[in-house]
Amino acid sequence: MSQSGEQSKYSVSKRGFYGNFGGAYIPEMLYPNVKELEDNYLRIIYSESFQKEYKDLLKNYVGRPSPLYHAKRLSEKYGTKIYLKREDLNHTGAHKINNTIGQILLAKELGKKRIIAETGAGQHGVATATVCALMNLECVVYMGAIDILRQEPNVKRMLMLGAKVVAAESGSKTLKDATNEAIRDWINNPVDTHYIIGSVVGPHPYPDLVARLQSIISEEMMEQMQEKEGRNYPDAIIACVGGGSNAAGAFYHYLDNLKVELIAVEAAGKGVNTGETAATTTVGTPGIIHASKTILMQTEDGQIVEPYSISAGLDYPGIGPIHAHLFESGRGTFASVTDDEAVAAGFELTRLEGIIPALESAHAIAYLKKRTFKKDQVVVINLSGRGDKDLATYIKYFDNNESLR
Amino acid sequence: MNRLDSLFQKKKNNILSIFTTAGYPKLNDTLPVVKALQEAGVDFIEIGIPFSDPLADGPVIQDSSTVAIENGMTLKLLLSQMEDIRKELTLPILLMGYINPVLQYGIENFAKKCSEVGVDGIIIPDLPMQEYLEDYKKVFDQYNLKNIFLVTPQTSDERIRFIDEHSNGFIYLVSSSSTTGKKTGIDGAEEYLSRIQKMNLKTPTVVGFNISSKESFQKATQYANGAIIGSAFVKAINNNKDIAAGVKSFVGAIR
Repeated sequence: MSQSGEQSKYSVSKRGFYGNFGGAYIPEMLYPNVKELEDNYLRIIYSESFQKEYKDLLKNYVGRPSPLYHAKRLSEKYGTKIYLKREDLNHTGAHKINNTIGQILLAKELGKKRIIAETGAGQHGVATATVCALMNLECVVYMGAIDILRQEPNVKRMLMLGAKVVAAESGSKTLKDATNEAIRDWINNPVDTHYIIGSVVGPHPYPDLVARLQSIISEEMMEQMQEKEGRNYPDAIIACVGGGSNAAGAFYHYLDNLKVELIAVEAAGKGVNTGETAATTTVGTPGIIHASKTILMQTEDGQIVEPYSISAGLDYPGIGPIHAHLFESGRGTFASVTDDEAVAAGFELTRLEGIIPALESAHAIAYLKKRTFKKDQVVVINLSGRGDKDLATYIKYFDNNESLR
Repeated sequence: MNRLDSLFQKKKNNILSIFTTAGYPKLNDTLPVVKALQEAGVDFIEIGIPFSDPLADGPVIQDSSTVAIENGMTLKLLLSQMEDIRKELTLPILLMGYINPVLQYGIENFAKKCSEVGVDGIIIPDLPMQEYLEDYKKVFDQYNLKNIFLVTPQTSDERIRFIDEHSNGFIYLVSSSSTTGKKTGIDGAEEYLSRIQKMNLKTPTVVGFNISSKESFQKATQYANGAIIGSAFVKAINNNKDIAAGVKSFVGAIR
């Protein structure tokens, strides 16, 4: 993680905006909680003691730095030089823990006794339950009632780790509603509770806090690129975007380096025109979701629309405000990949490199088919998570599709 | 003069306000419900703009919002229903809702339409003070629309003073740190409400959240000019076939 002083036109402003997006559209009930966080987060996360403990846990508990792996067979197939940033090798199986380790240390420093979180697929819930076990703090995870049924193994993991999993029964009973319930819990418990948001979403300062904690990904990438390529940047970085925390971390230190193309891949679901999609920048418009001004999927009347993706981690009707800004300003390249394309890419990576990616990360890999990179270009794909949690979905495709066997 | 201003000028105590969700329980129930409320003797009315993701609301108002949206209620439709409502109602009417539907309608269009159809004020819990002052105040003032701010037990005295300074209409005292309808009654809020009473704010105060009975209404109005009932009312009209009778008996039990 780098120093707090740096500012670019892609960093958050004092009032919490990235260009036209961001802010903290919170009810007064949340004002003291959010203000406390806003007033203290930079001071705490850049303090010497925090940095020491954070770096130590990332190294010895999470297993960082995560390798930057030259995927030779994948490179050969696509006629370019591809590296995989192996966030899938982290403890608990995804990049999510970079954030939860940081936020649990922040919560402790703020004297909080109780942790709440939302989760979709369960990856952030597991990463939160894990650090709560590690730090002996009470943990309540909100999860959509429908997601609880879809992601049973992760529910069991959270329970085994000592967390309480509460079903969000409101609205569409998925990630957006779990986030609503977590925010409502925070309203009802304003003093002793810290809310660990899992992505670069929510009211300021959360998008910035989570981006900074995930920026370890691009910080390591710079060193690893220097070592392997003799320059500290690739030509392109590809990352999937639901809320967008792994992408924010992978892009972070390259935001001002215009030699690096930043490619954000959203989930098209069954297709961007089918009504069953999570391709927010394609079908969304500016508005406010979860206290942040961003691009979101909504009706003309301003009601938030339920998204769809095979990947529960990308199944979110908004994107982080930083990504809305990268989209609007043209700094980011935005694309989308369907369920079928993502699953096929997951199988391809499995057979070419012996790596089963999370369905979320498979969306980033599938982008290779949409674009021709030059032979001498260097492309980094942020492999945000491993596919163990998605085996049931993969196997169903495998069994139903002869061409994959 | 704005109807809210005249209300607070002539009445200082025991002001009763009722919140009801637009388009609930049926799409065209808004008018009969508010008419019955006026006849039953409430002092002002809040009409909720249904929203898919009402962060500050508990299950009762969440569910009423979901039903209202399914019924086909939209902000556009509500504002057109308001034209008929205003023909029959002399009471002050506030709209309460979340910022996103207002943003999609367009801030200026919204304020203009509100003023045309006789809406006296707006409560938007997720419109923060700073944003309001910078981007909304001028437009709202132009159309004589009051913007009501919330204060909670966690709000510092300094911030309460700041809110008081920028408030018109009234200040909404949230009875406890909670979502709407979370608890029954306002036990434990006495110290907080009395602290605010002693601050002698320039703006009138009305207590809301968790007021559900005659007892909690009376307790709240010892400390403030009035009190608002929301979830308990929405729950009461849920399955009521005779809206007028249901509303009358609900309000009768409070007063």
